[in-house]
Amino acid sequence: MGFEIINKATNEVFISRTIINSFIVVILLSIFVFYVNSKLKKADPHKKPTGILNIIEILVGSLNNLVNTTMGYKFKSFAPYIGTLAMYLAVSNLFGLLGFKPPTADYSVPFSLAILTFILTQYHGVKSKGLGGYIKGFLEPVWFLFPLNVIGEIANPVSLSFRLFGNIISGVIIMTLIYGALGAITPIIVPVIAPVFHSYFDIFAGLIQTFIFMMLTMVFISMATD
Amino acid sequence: MLEGITSEAFILGCSAIGAGLAAIAGIGPGIGQGYAAGKAAEGVGRQPEAQGDIIRTMILGQAVAETTGIYGLVIAMILLFVKPLIG
Repeated sequence: MGFEIINKATNEVFISRTIINSFIVVILLSIFVFYVNSKLKKADPHKKPTGILNIIEILVGSLNNLVNTTMGYKFKSFAPYIGTLAMYLAVSNLFGLLGFKPPTADYSVPFSLAILTFILTQYHGVKSKGLGGYIKGFLEPVWFLFPLNVIGEIANPVSLSFRLFGNIISGVIIMTLIYGALGAITPIIVPVIAPVFHSYFDIFAGLIQTFIFMMLTMVFISMATD
Repeated sequence: MLEGITSEAFILGCSAIGAGLAAIAGIGPGIGQGYAAGKAAEGVGRQPEAQGDIIRTMILGQAVAETTGIYGLVIAMILLFVKPLIG
């Protein structure tokens, strides 16, 4: 956990490993998206989808369905943003399986995503209620609770980002401890016992946290507008 | 009794104790999430066709209930790795 990003004496810039990993995730996802896009342009819409397009169609359909049931039909333009969050978070959380440190184990990544959600929430709150109604929302039920309401609003992105970060970093720490402990006993049992913990801490916790981040983003935005 | 212990080592030891105490916060979310899961199981038993909705609501509620436990974990990790008390 170094806080010095730029070494002033030698003009060196230090980039943490998780930032590099997050760029790898972005590049991999971009390649995947361009590949699917080129397939999609060649496909004939009057025929059945084949191969990877079939899977993509199921995913996009269920995502649209989830956004519609959670946020209501008028927010269906949010589906691309939620889908982007889901893809990025799922791939980042599962990145630990390949032996890399997952990008979400660095607090900068969850916090920037939570800030995006926070700005979207406030923007749509102002847009749907008007500036007067937005400020009046902070003075309810009585005016002297204004500071408490502001703190409650700021606590949302903090708890949202800490939830993701805490789950992923605790998985990384526990996996490191398990590898250390198993290696100290006998290295032969490591490939037998470690996958069990990987399937819980990386796959289960990672996918559940992805889903929760999506759901909470949708709930916050739709709560701010009614 | 404390002779031979530097003040830094003393603060580090106390930080470790504090991190352990902060991890006690995990009790609350454990009870809360278990209660929510039990209620959801009851709901599924009574109304098996609403299983998808019940599970989605349960996971969302459990995620919110987990917040206090995560705060405890973050405090423990800050005490252990960032070491804010050592100036």
